[in-house]
Amino acid sequence: MVSAVFHSPLDAAAPAHPPNLTPRHVAAVRAQAAAVAAAAEPVVRPSMDFGFVWKKILPPVLGFAFLVLIWELVALRSTNNFPSPLETWKQALDVFADPFYSKGPNDQGVGWNVLSSLQRVALGFGLAAAVGIPAGFAIGRFEFLSRMFNPMISLLRPVSPLAWLPIGLLVFKGANPAAIWTIFICSIWPMIINTAVGVQRVPSDYMNVAKVLNLSEWKILTKILFPAVLPYMLTGVRLAVGTAWLVIVAAEMLTGGVGIGFWVWDEWNNLNVKNIIIAIFVIGIVGLVLEFALIKIATAFTFEEVKS
Amino acid sequence: MSSNVTPVDKHDAKYIEVQNVEQAFKTPKGRFVALRDINLTIAKGEFIALIGHSGCGKSTLLNLIAGLTTPTEGVLLCANKEINGPGPERAVVFQNHSLLPWLTCFENVYLAVERVFSKTESRAQLKARTEAALALVNLTEAAQKRPGEISGGMKQRVGIARALSMEPKVLLMDEPFGALDALTRAKLQDELLAIVGKTHSTVVMVTHDVDEAVLLSDRIVMLSNGPAATIGEILTVDIPRPRNRVELAEDKAYVHARKAVIDFLYTRQAHVEKVSA
Repeated sequence: MVSAVFHSPLDAAAPAHPPNLTPRHVAAVRAQAAAVAAAAEPVVRPSMDFGFVWKKILPPVLGFAFLVLIWELVALRSTNNFPSPLETWKQALDVFADPFYSKGPNDQGVGWNVLSSLQRVALGFGLAAAVGIPAGFAIGRFEFLSRMFNPMISLLRPVSPLAWLPIGLLVFKGANPAAIWTIFICSIWPMIINTAVGVQRVPSDYMNVAKVLNLSEWKILTKILFPAVLPYMLTGVRLAVGTAWLVIVAAEMLTGGVGIGFWVWDEWNNLNVKNIIIAIFVIGIVGLVLEFALIKIATAFTFEEVKS
Repeated sequence: MSSNVTPVDKHDAKYIEVQNVEQAFKTPKGRFVALRDINLTIAKGEFIALIGHSGCGKSTLLNLIAGLTTPTEGVLLCANKEINGPGPERAVVFQNHSLLPWLTCFENVYLAVERVFSKTESRAQLKARTEAALALVNLTEAAQKRPGEISGGMKQRVGIARALSMEPKVLLMDEPFGALDALTRAKLQDELLAIVGKTHSTVVMVTHDVDEAVLLSDRIVMLSNGPAATIGEILTVDIPRPRNRVELAEDKAYVHARKAVIDFLYTRQAHVEKVSA
């Protein structure tokens, strides 16, 4: 029932939830899961034989069923109105029926909340990429810069991003820029470090080619460094997006406004635990989609010979 | 000197000069001398093979001529100018082809052509040059493929096409066929013979293959074992060109040259290796 949501993260992430997923128990769930799996691997097995079901579909279904079971048990034993999976599912249908309503700044649909969080992440992350990737190239290319900045990076990188939030509030005098600043600072390190490592690991053969051809620094950058570093860079980007998505929820809890993190906090103040659980799934699904998209991009840009 | 090399003047006879070159590296254990007292003069249009046991510094010497490294002692000249850095007039064919995997074969060659000729020639001429270079190594069909999609032999041919496309004064090859199977190697050696016959390039080729050295070169420079390797002997291969692999197998000069090299490598230099090992 609720598990249908888990099996179709992509569908569920879309704001308008497809109505064909009304509680229809396991058969529907399986059909859905099979459809998702079939979409992922369209050619391999056109017909659903037992081996395929056993290997690919059954384990994740069991995993989620296990989760729902535990949840149900906790809900049954709970003395403080912990919502059951069924109640939460019903609430979710409600919430997703109109994800884009807006009743003032403190009461907006889940869709708006997710979108404003994504917007903050995109801004902070985009700024971090704009600064971090060129910085990574420079640090990787010039030994002096690497010696200059590495100790600083080592010192600042382990700091929890939230520790930067007060600095952001102080400097930018606003909750929204402070949240963006926090995203910026937490996503810049993986991008700098991975890009720099990528540049340092460009095979010396390629650099020898550049030397023999006497290529200009611009040609070296565009024809050799950039494509060679791209897979490393995308790893950095992927780590950065993951961290940013983790951090935005926490940052928004502290800063308020519109956003999925704020929504969680608001629902906690309303003691609406169902919505918190829905938010948890939404956060998970959006994170999953971000990660998945970036992995796809990364594999598309990784060349066979760079991998080896 | 072999019959096909007819130096016109002094300048051509001393096209590349290596004078008292020593190359040492700093290692954690102290100074390591790889090469010492290297003196070598190469005429224009000459094909030189550098041969020796692995680790003797063949590639080090080639890198010095390429300008990828600078010697700790001595000086290298090319056309009476000191070699103080790499440049497209001394093209290098690398041991592992070193093609850029994200560019097609055409683009890999074009990158070199563009660098050398873009100031004087139109885009169409550059394209024509690139296509001609690929045609020279029989790779017209593979032009739009990426290195990952073609065989090792084809990659090496693209590497040669890239080097030749720059119309270099000197072609430096670092064990270009070392990673290939015997049949492909033979085929590429024949192609190289034909190409060099046409272009009359000056070639310095590092190899550890005795037959390859004898078949291709005018002179074979044999390096003694390292550390502190130096030129042990230079053998002139007096076999007229064009050379044919099948006919040469029984040729007296060929057999003689082959024996001389093997004798140097396995009799005179063998015991040194045991001592140093």
